Amino acid sequence: MQPLKRFLPLAAFLLLVVLLVRGLSLDPTELPSARLGDSLPDFDLPVLGETASRQAKDWKGEAALINVWATWCFSCRVEHPFLLELAEKGVTIYGLNYKDDPQKALVWLDDLGNPYAETVVDKDGWFGLDLGVYGAPETYVIDVSGVVRHRHVGVVNEQVWSEHLAPYFEAIPLVGGSD
Amino acid sequence: MIRILLSFLMLWSAQSLAVIETYEFSSTDLELRYKALSQELRCPKCQNQNIADSNAPISRDLRAIVHEQLEAGATDEEIIDFLVDRYGEFVRYRPGLDSNTLWLWSAPIMLLVMAVAVVVTQIRKDRDGQTISSNAERANKLREKFDGDS
Repeated sequence: MQPLKRFLPLAAFLLLVVLLVRGLSLDPTELPSARLGDSLPDFDLPVLGETASRQAKDWKGEAALINVWATWCFSCRVEHPFLLELAEKGVTIYGLNYKDDPQKALVWLDDLGNPYAETVVDKDGWFGLDLGVYGAPETYVIDVSGVVRHRHVGVVNEQVWSEHLAPYFEAIPLVGGSD
Repeated sequence: MIRILLSFLMLWSAQSLAVIETYEFSSTDLELRYKALSQELRCPKCQNQNIADSNAPISRDLRAIVHEQLEAGATDEEIIDFLVDRYGEFVRYRPGLDSNTLWLWSAPIMLLVMAVAVVVTQIRKDRDGQTISSNAERANKLREKFDGDS
């Protein structure tokens, strides 16, 4: 056997190890939003608990979070206290009440507090579909001109905020920082 | 022979569609396209199911969209583009060719070329007489070897 050929199985093994280790460190559930870099899709949705409605252009003018939530969503309850904390820090959070019963949603906000600058009701989820939402909670970052910059699927907590979301809100100190 | 064929036929059962809701279609052609599309589109929430098999709310919505757009006269490409626009290439079980999927699409061809290359070199080697071609020859070689050892 030629000396080089002898190392062929070892080389194949090492290649496989590299590929598998890489595979372990990937999160297959992490999907980039197809809307990144695009303007927020147009919508015309009623404001929760009001007769007024909002369009996409009403949410332009400052960087903001859009939080997709529903009362049937357990993880939304988990992230709710942190959203309240963020709102207190001065982060503008718009709520998208997704496929929910508006009455229950109002009770929820009464009971747990309302972190949202305003909440619009997407009862059938069609705006969610335009945005590429596939569940709740999801949180989107829009910039001053209303362009979608980031999408986070799952609970927003301090780590998610400081690693992924805070960079879009430079004027706002990190939660849990020096204050 | 008939028996073997029959047992193969038994393995080949129709794929079932585990969908809750049913849709009325104005033509069987649309219904067939609906079936094909809903099996080819991937549920974004439950990643290893197509939207035909998935009970996730989002899959129900996507099926409703497919049905609605088919009835409205959209082509298959238009429907797929509509969903790729919102959920990315991820929703397709047969993604298009781009820089991300280049390896995916070219791997089978590359593997085939490699396999052919291996087979060809092996055959060449054989023809050069490096291996033993007949049983008689092999027996001779073995005998020589053992006789030499003892």
